[in-house]
Amino acid sequence: MISKDEVKHIAALARVGLNEEEIEKFSQDLSSILDFVEQLKEVDVAGIEPTAHITGLVNRTRDDVARDFANKDGIVELFPEEKNRYDKVKSVL
Amino acid sequence: MIRELHEKLLARKITAVELTEQYFAVIEKKDKGLNAYLTLTKELALEQAEKVDEKIAKGEEIGLLEGIPGGIKDLILLEGVRATGGSKILDNYIAPNDATVVKNLKQAGAIFLGKTNCDEFAMGSSGEKSAYGPTKNPHDTARVPGGTSSGSAAAVAADMAVWALGTDTGGSTRQPAAFCGTVGLKPTYGRVSRYGVMAAASSLEQVGVLSKTVEDAAIILSEISGQDRMDATTAQSFGKRYEDYLTGEIKGMKIGIVKEYLDNLGDQMKKTIEDVIAKFKKLGAEIQEIELPHARYSLPVFYIINPCEISSNLARYDGIKYGMRVDDKKETDVTDPDGLPKTLLETYLDTRKYELGTEAKRRIMLGTYALSSGYYEAYYLRAQKVRTLIKKDFEEAYKKVDLILTPITPTPAFKFGEKMNNPVDMYLEDIFTVTANIAGVPAISVPAGMIEVEGKQLPVGFQLMGEWFDEENLLRAADAYEKGKSNG
Repeated sequence: MISKDEVKHIAALARVGLNEEEIEKFSQDLSSILDFVEQLKEVDVAGIEPTAHITGLVNRTRDDVARDFANKDGIVELFPEEKNRYDKVKSVL
Repeated sequence: MIRELHEKLLARKITAVELTEQYFAVIEKKDKGLNAYLTLTKELALEQAEKVDEKIAKGEEIGLLEGIPGGIKDLILLEGVRATGGSKILDNYIAPNDATVVKNLKQAGAIFLGKTNCDEFAMGSSGEKSAYGPTKNPHDTARVPGGTSSGSAAAVAADMAVWALGTDTGGSTRQPAAFCGTVGLKPTYGRVSRYGVMAAASSLEQVGVLSKTVEDAAIILSEISGQDRMDATTAQSFGKRYEDYLTGEIKGMKIGIVKEYLDNLGDQMKKTIEDVIAKFKKLGAEIQEIELPHARYSLPVFYIINPCEISSNLARYDGIKYGMRVDDKKETDVTDPDGLPKTLLETYLDTRKYELGTEAKRRIMLGTYALSSGYYEAYYLRAQKVRTLIKKDFEEAYKKVDLILTPITPTPAFKFGEKMNNPVDMYLEDIFTVTANIAGVPAISVPAGMIEVEGKQLPVGFQLMGEWFDEENLLRAADAYEKGKSNG
């Protein structure tokens, strides 16, 4: 069972604001999903490597060269609040 | 269907502009009732079509896809056009670039009719979780079209697009294809670039294709597959034209079936799959029983890996760099008792609180929990180990058979609201589809006729799964079945 306090703690970690109703609902939902995935505990995974890339591709590298993005204006226009082509946000504190 | 339209364009029986306008006329007539499209791109489409007509008029050669209109799932970026991913948090987002798949299709001369509806950020199995209202199933509007590529499947099924791109994280192309009666292809992980596709669960998903025929899916795949500098997980491609492999000949091909999959089906679905097996036998394929002992853990593995990766990928939607920010709204719109955000932290919390839907929040919460200190090993790491075992099952199976045949959905399309109360009920919808995403193998959903439910004819399908990067055999078998079916 995931308690409401745990839900609040996870929400804070995930930076998601929740209302009371959601806190209640997620406490139940998360518990039922975690019960469902519980069956994985019966699998013997001793000595099994976790999958990192499913087709086995490893470390594809490329030259460390900066490339120009063609549509910079398109990105600036997406800023919710713009000042002198900077993205303006609220104060941190 | 693409080939026929191509011949008509070449024979000048129709122009690309006329063809495009015809599709917009159907959209105008039908889409109010179906809600398959979120944004129409008529101006762009007609501009593209004119270029194709000019080429034809000059007698220049045109490719198979040139002038053929389709739809793009709203999770995939088309430069200069709104892309919401089915979420309110990107309500005002205008794509600053093309996804690689879109760039490839533009080069191939394909025409874009618009952006199709989908469950928010590719989470859902019914199309009901779009922030812009559900898409409806063209075969019965009281029923869901499946999801998450809900609009793409409905658009193709209702003749509002010749083809459509979807994405497939756990069945999101194949399951709606089955519910709507179209073909749905999920390529091998790494076959198609994911650059410019909004990420949900990066280790599971691929861009998928929805189409009327297997050949059409092959034609689209030929254009969109290949290694991409912008997506390090893509594998090398050798410029294959997948449509060239559709010989209709599958004598001696070995197809595996998993007995317990059939045992748990309802009568009508079971009969459907048995008929499909009989058809493949008739076509000369050898049917063999195989075992995938760990496949039954695919769904729990999926519902750990998927939310973990989602919680990480969706961190970018925070109201800072793009999309909606809560203080875009007027003071009076915000019901938060604290009022508008005063600090950066409040901007994050409120933006995500008001602009993300319930399923998005649920998976972010679950993923954050499973990845948090002290739980990582018990959940994510264990799931990735079981995933290795599932992959090994497939490696063993493909030593014996070329393809694996399974059901695609437990039932035909269900009704709206039927599975909305309990998240686990909804997740069980993906039971036959997720395994291919867990193992990374290519898979296709193929229509297998209709069954009657409460007086309505509803489409049903089956699934074939192939070996990694062997889309040729997968498509060849699916195409042979399709041809065999129409020849009786």
